Amino acid sequence: MKSEGNGRILGRVPAGEQLPQERILNFNEVVLGYAVEQAVAEANRCLQCKKSPCMQGCPVGVDIPSFIKLMKEGDFRGAAGKIKEKNSLPAICGRVCPQENQCEKFCTLDRKGKPIAIGRLERFAADFERNSGKISLPKKKKSVGKRIAVIGSGPAGLTCAGDLAKLGYEVTIFEALHKPGGVLAYGIPEFRLPKAVVEAEIDGLKKLGVEIKTNVVVGTSVTIDELFCEGYSAVFIGTGAGLPRFLEIPGENLNGIYSANEFLTRVNLMKSYLFPKYDTPIKKGKNVVVVGGGNVAMDSARTALRLGAKNVYLLYRRTEEEMPARAEEVQHAKEEGIKFRFLATPQKFCGVDGWVSGVECVETKLGEPDESGRRRPIIKKGSEFSLTADVVIVAIGTGANPLLLRATPGLELNRKGYVLANQNGQTSKRGVFAGGDIITGSATVILAMGAGRKAALEIDRYLSIL
Amino acid sequence: MFRILNKEVLAPSVIRLEIEVPDIERKAKAGQFVILRIDESGERIPLTISGFNEERGSISLVFQEVGKTTRQLASLSSEDCIADIVGPLGRPSEIENFGTVACVAGGVGAAVILPVAQALKKAGNKIITILGARNKELLILEDELCSISDEFFVTTDDGSKGHCGVCTDVLNELIAGGQGINRVVAIGPAIMMKFVCKTTEPHKIKTVVSLNSIMVDGTGMCGSCRVTVGGETKFCCVDGPEFDGHLVDFDELMNRQKIYLEEENLALKSYETRDVKRTECRCKAQKEEGER
Ligand SMILES: Cc1cc2nc3c(=O)[nH]c(=O)nc-3n(C[C@H](O)[C@H](O)[C@H](O)COP(=O)(O)OP(=O)(O)OC[C@H]3O[C@@H](n4cnc5c(N)ncnc54)[C@H](O)[C@@H]3O)c2cc1C
Ligand SMILES: Cc1cc2nc3c(=O)[nH]c(=O)nc-3n(C[C@H](O)[C@H](O)[C@H](O)COP(=O)(O)OP(=O)(O)OC[C@H]3O[C@@H](n4cnc5c(N)ncnc54)[C@H](O)[C@@H]3O)c2cc1C
Ligand code: SF4
Ligand code: FES
Repeated sequence: MKSEGNGRILGRVPAGEQLPQERILNFNEVVLGYAVEQAVAEANRCLQCKKSPCMQGCPVGVDIPSFIKLMKEGDFRGAAGKIKEKNSLPAICGRVCPQENQCEKFCTLDRKGKPIAIGRLERFAADFERNSGKISLPKKKKSVGKRIAVIGSGPAGLTCAGDLAKLGYEVTIFEALHKPGGVLAYGIPEFRLPKAVVEAEIDGLKKLGVEIKTNVVVGTSVTIDELFCEGYSAVFIGTGAGLPRFLEIPGENLNGIYSANEFLTRVNLMKSYLFPKYDTPIKKGKNVVVVGGGNVAMDSARTALRLGAKNVYLLYRRTEEEMPARAEEVQHAKEEGIKFRFLATPQKFCGVDGWVSGVECVETKLGEPDESGRRRPIIKKGSEFSLTADVVIVAIGTGANPLLLRATPGLELNRKGYVLANQNGQTSKRGVFAGGDIITGSATVILAMGAGRKAALEIDRYLSIL
Repeated sequence: MFRILNKEVLAPSVIRLEIEVPDIERKAKAGQFVILRIDESGERIPLTISGFNEERGSISLVFQEVGKTTRQLASLSSEDCIADIVGPLGRPSEIENFGTVACVAGGVGAAVILPVAQALKKAGNKIITILGARNKELLILEDELCSISDEFFVTTDDGSKGHCGVCTDVLNELIAGGQGINRVVAIGPAIMMKFVCKTTEPHKIKTVVSLNSIMVDGTGMCGSCRVTVGGETKFCCVDGPEFDGHLVDFDELMNRQKIYLEEENLALKSYETRDVKRTECRCKAQKEEGER
């Protein structure tokens, strides 16, 4: 193993970050990323293991050792090209993938607690290429003269569209909102994923010839059957899991209580943090309570802090170990002063004059594992406590939005209301494919991309044997 | 970019815009709405589709200037453009032959009720319209509504035209007179719809209302528009906007409509003090360039 003179393995090269006390006053990106020397130094720690264990952990099979090798050699654009063979949105994935559960978890050096910072390197390569202004356009096969409709412009839809365009199809994306990107545009905040990065990736798709039609709600503006009539040969559904879940406890419709979707959409998509320069308002709480333990909860809590909250409590009904959020976000949230209350859950919202004023909570303990394998929280009698709150954000998950699915006869759904599809994305309806959160429920950016990619191949296969 | 074809002032601060959106016109049914955003920094606001023109591929929207966005919208004129319009959204009105339907409209609710009343008439219903406003000047679409009504009443709060009082007075009289009303459609300010429902409830006359909760996306994604109907939380944008009025928690609706009162005042003030008088429309400039 490569080591310092005394036999110690070099630690991960840390990336620059805005200081917590500074960054809570702005919406700029928290992690500044590597400089060239840092990127090379980190790449140089890689052992180039023969069996590439890290690749097992990558849902789309990026050739990690090869791209890191190119980085060692200082060929950053080459590295970006290598990543893009498998992952069309590297600047995004480098920032938001839960690497600690994926590639980095399998890295040989993880056993020493110092895995290669694969995500940071991926981000560096992609940013380097974008900033160089010389983005290599992937090769495009000659036109096959068939049109495909992609519904939804999240990572699943974008990837599926990009791959089909490369295969020579004419692709149109239909997006309900006025801006493409899905969760990348409306959900994940600027301080974690700058919108300019998302826009650049989407521009790349447009250069490939993908047409994006915003302001089209498929299901009401046009139906899937009508798309077929209009001459589309196949349809991909990538509409995500956008239906917010509420706690269904008393007082939930009091003013000041938001779903995380609404709170984040107002801030990110509508830019209400710049109100009144931008017209969409947002309630800026002094005492904010966030309910949930995933990335969505972390993003909501940290956004509330940046809007000027004095106290932000995060209530999670299990322990830190079970929290599904990325480790880095939890770390950042802690540094920024978010107050975590593990093993606690709200029971009732109290109000004054129609506005939320507090949350009545109760402590929980963990019982037997449930169907997800995580230990089920059980309410501890007599442990009630209350928190003062003028804004509450409910981030306890989302479900499938039934709008399009109800308007599509012949499309089978599963018990939870998600679209039923086989592993290649084929649904019960002829010519209709699906992928991403709309078949799995809320998952990750990279899994949605992987599903978009598989479906693109399947659509190509379906149309070539037709 | 969507082009404004025509602009009309219907009453003081009530405007009708005709907008070219053939894709929406083709699909829209009575009772549905659109969400629009004027420009890049604009908010998304819902407005009901008040009329359709198949030949011109256009819809018309009637709105009252109540705040920053509607004020800015009123400053636009024909040939200007709007950045985004999405629709049709919401469930269409239930249209059947119910028998006799009383259409009760308050203020700009007249514009929302017009296509519904037209469709109900076409389906064979006898239409009794009660059109209410604060005063004579604020009455809109009188001729349009009158022409499809079998019976037509006007009420004004100050008595400047028609019956002096509120629309529920007339509705009460009609019910008491044994008019045999089978259904009531009430559209207007929440408080008015609440009182119409109070009037009809003892007589068990099914009363449909169109709720105007605060919205963002209009597709069921945010929950901003949630309302309590029959003890259950519903999303006005996808489950509504029309609901059985006897089941609606109007007090909650009115409370939720006030969430951004403070911010709305601030937005309006900052808009009015801005030195830019009105949004310059880019497509107009582009067109002129093209002509040159
Ligand atoms: C706040 C937040 C933070 C997250 N953080 C992370 C993270 O750090 N790392 C990570 O890996 N994952 C994260 N996730 C999860 C990840 O973003 C999702 O798993 C992923 O975006 C799913 O992609 P998708 O393409 O399936 O759907 P989405 O990204 O949800 O996109 C679906 C798109 O379809 C559109 N649409 C829906 N219905 C229609 C219709 N009828 N017609 C037209 N368009 C329609 C929607 O408007 C939307 O734009 C986060 C999610 C949220 C909400
Ligand atoms: C389904 C639906 C259909 C509607 N149809 C019409 C119509 O045909 N004609 C018409 O004049 N008005 C209609 N409205 C109301 C209209 O949307 C509001 O008057 C408008 O949004 C006010 O915006 P503003 O910035 O000018 O005023 P603001 O100063 O922002 O607000 C004034 C009042 O309008 C309401 N409001 C503000 N923002 C929103 C929002 N994003 N969504 C909904 N309500 C809001 C609030 O109750 C507020 O108190 C409809 C509302 C809904 C929900
Ligand atoms: S497992 Fe870690 S050290 Fe080995 S090749 Fe992959 S990134 Fe490099
Ligand atoms: S407006 Fe967002 S869910 Fe209805």
